[in-house]
Amino acid sequence: MRYMMLIRPDLAKAPAGGPSEELMTEMGKLISEMTRSGVLLDTAGLAAAEEASVLRLAGGKVTTVDGPYTEAREFIGGYALLQVGTQEEAAEWAKRFLEIHGEDWEVVVEVRKVFEAS
Amino acid sequence: MSEDESGTEVSADAAVSAVWRIEAPRLIAGLTRLLGGDLGLAEDLAQDALVAGLEQWPTEGVPRNPGAWLMAVAKRRAIDLIRRDQTYARKLELIGRDLETASSSAAPGPESALDEPDIEDDLLRLVFTACHPVLPAPSRVALTLKLLGGLTTPEIARAYLVPEPTIAQRIVRAKRTLAEKRVPFEVPAAEELSDRLTSVLEVIYLIFNEGYAATAGEDWTRPALCGEAVRLARVLSALMPKEPEVHGLTALLELQSSRLASRTASDSGVVLLSDQDRSRWNRLFIRRGFAALAIAENLSAEAGRPPGPYALQAAIAASHARAMTPEETDWPTIARLYDALAAQVPTPVVALNRAVAVAMADGPAAGLALVDRLVAADVLPAYHLLPAVRADLLTRLDRHAEALAEFERAARLATNAAERTLLEQRAAEALARTIR
Repeated sequence: MRYMMLIRPDLAKAPAGGPSEELMTEMGKLISEMTRSGVLLDTAGLAAAEEASVLRLAGGKVTTVDGPYTEAREFIGGYALLQVGTQEEAAEWAKRFLEIHGEDWEVVVEVRKVFEAS
Repeated sequence: MSEDESGTEVSADAAVSAVWRIEAPRLIAGLTRLLGGDLGLAEDLAQDALVAGLEQWPTEGVPRNPGAWLMAVAKRRAIDLIRRDQTYARKLELIGRDLETASSSAAPGPESALDEPDIEDDLLRLVFTACHPVLPAPSRVALTLKLLGGLTTPEIARAYLVPEPTIAQRIVRAKRTLAEKRVPFEVPAAEELSDRLTSVLEVIYLIFNEGYAATAGEDWTRPALCGEAVRLARVLSALMPKEPEVHGLTALLELQSSRLASRTASDSGVVLLSDQDRSRWNRLFIRRGFAALAIAENLSAEAGRPPGPYALQAAIAASHARAMTPEETDWPTIARLYDALAAQVPTPVVALNRAVAVAMADGPAAGLALVDRLVAADVLPAYHLLPAVRADLLTRLDRHAEALAEFERAARLATNAAERTLLEQRAAEALARTIR
């Protein structure tokens, strides 16, 4: 079964220079481990909030929402799509992803089952 | 026990099971090597470590490096055993010393026995051991799912619709056979590698097929076998990146996985390829399948060898995946691929599939000629698809009276109700056409 990991770093609390070289190395190792375990289908970081296009539907009308985008904590920094047997397995990988960030970061990861087409 | 407590207990166990699925293969592989190839003892010690985890982690939380934690516990148990039991002590004298040295270094840390280069070798050794041809296929499957899939015996039993003790026995006997035959814990030498690899790929393919045969509404553990099989294929791709057929099998399973959602109808019948809703084919899996197939084909080309059977089957699946509608299917290419496949795998079922492709590429008469050869050889006496295909080709040639007889024969041989109904319908249509 497929699970989406949505990664939401708290931008207000993130280190100024972004991910350190050490963090990038550890992320690379984890991605490699997930690939070699056959569970990683796809993963990517997403462009900064300032570059996003945000549109909203209300009362039947679509409008564009201009930045700055208020809730720093809602910002999705990236995703990983996993194929594992249970939600707990996906959560265990999410836990490992969070642990490599260390004390300088506050990050929320949401693990959501992907509906299979039926 | 309060409802809240039991809920927590279940979810804590589920979290530990999740860690087990991830860590069990490397743990067992590493321990087996440390114990001089004693797979049975390694698994017992690994299970002991799991029990310890189940006891401590729900209250203390899952540790930061659970694999290293489990390995440390397993090694301490091994040393205890060696100290207490003289037979083990004699057998494991040298290894015992290694264990003591290794485990006296810092507790779970980067220098554990789960260091990458060694552990990948150990994992590969475990793959080849679990899939050893001295074991019957069902035993290889059960052992692979247990040791490399981290599945529990009940899960395997539910997936295969057999009682738990049957699987438990199968695994016990398999380990005993490996010990009695003194199967070494190693990656086969170059001369044997090809045959031994065939055995491994066959096990993974069997697991996938078991899941593929599951119909909607069955226990979730059965279709989950498809996911486990494609995962194992990917693991093997990483362990043996230079083997074309490993990538070929991975490609085939990724592509077949792409069609899982569209394969089963709500009334639990199987939807044929030509009738499937292609908008429900998973394009991510299709892309992954194409990518693995390209690797397989490049490796074969570099080695100056023709593509192997799995790569050919994957190429056929890829051809279908490229067609947005059944009408756009490149049948001439598929027919040529089946020619190549039939040359390497001259089985009646492949010959029959080839006849279907030839009929689509060159017309029903050409296909019928091939089918008639199979009928004459009488190699598929009870296989309902043979008369079914023959009937379909006869229909396309307007030979409806003959088609009717073949549809009726196929219906009698059909293995499930949905297929029988379909064939009886087609028989009725053939009858209507003869009357006109």
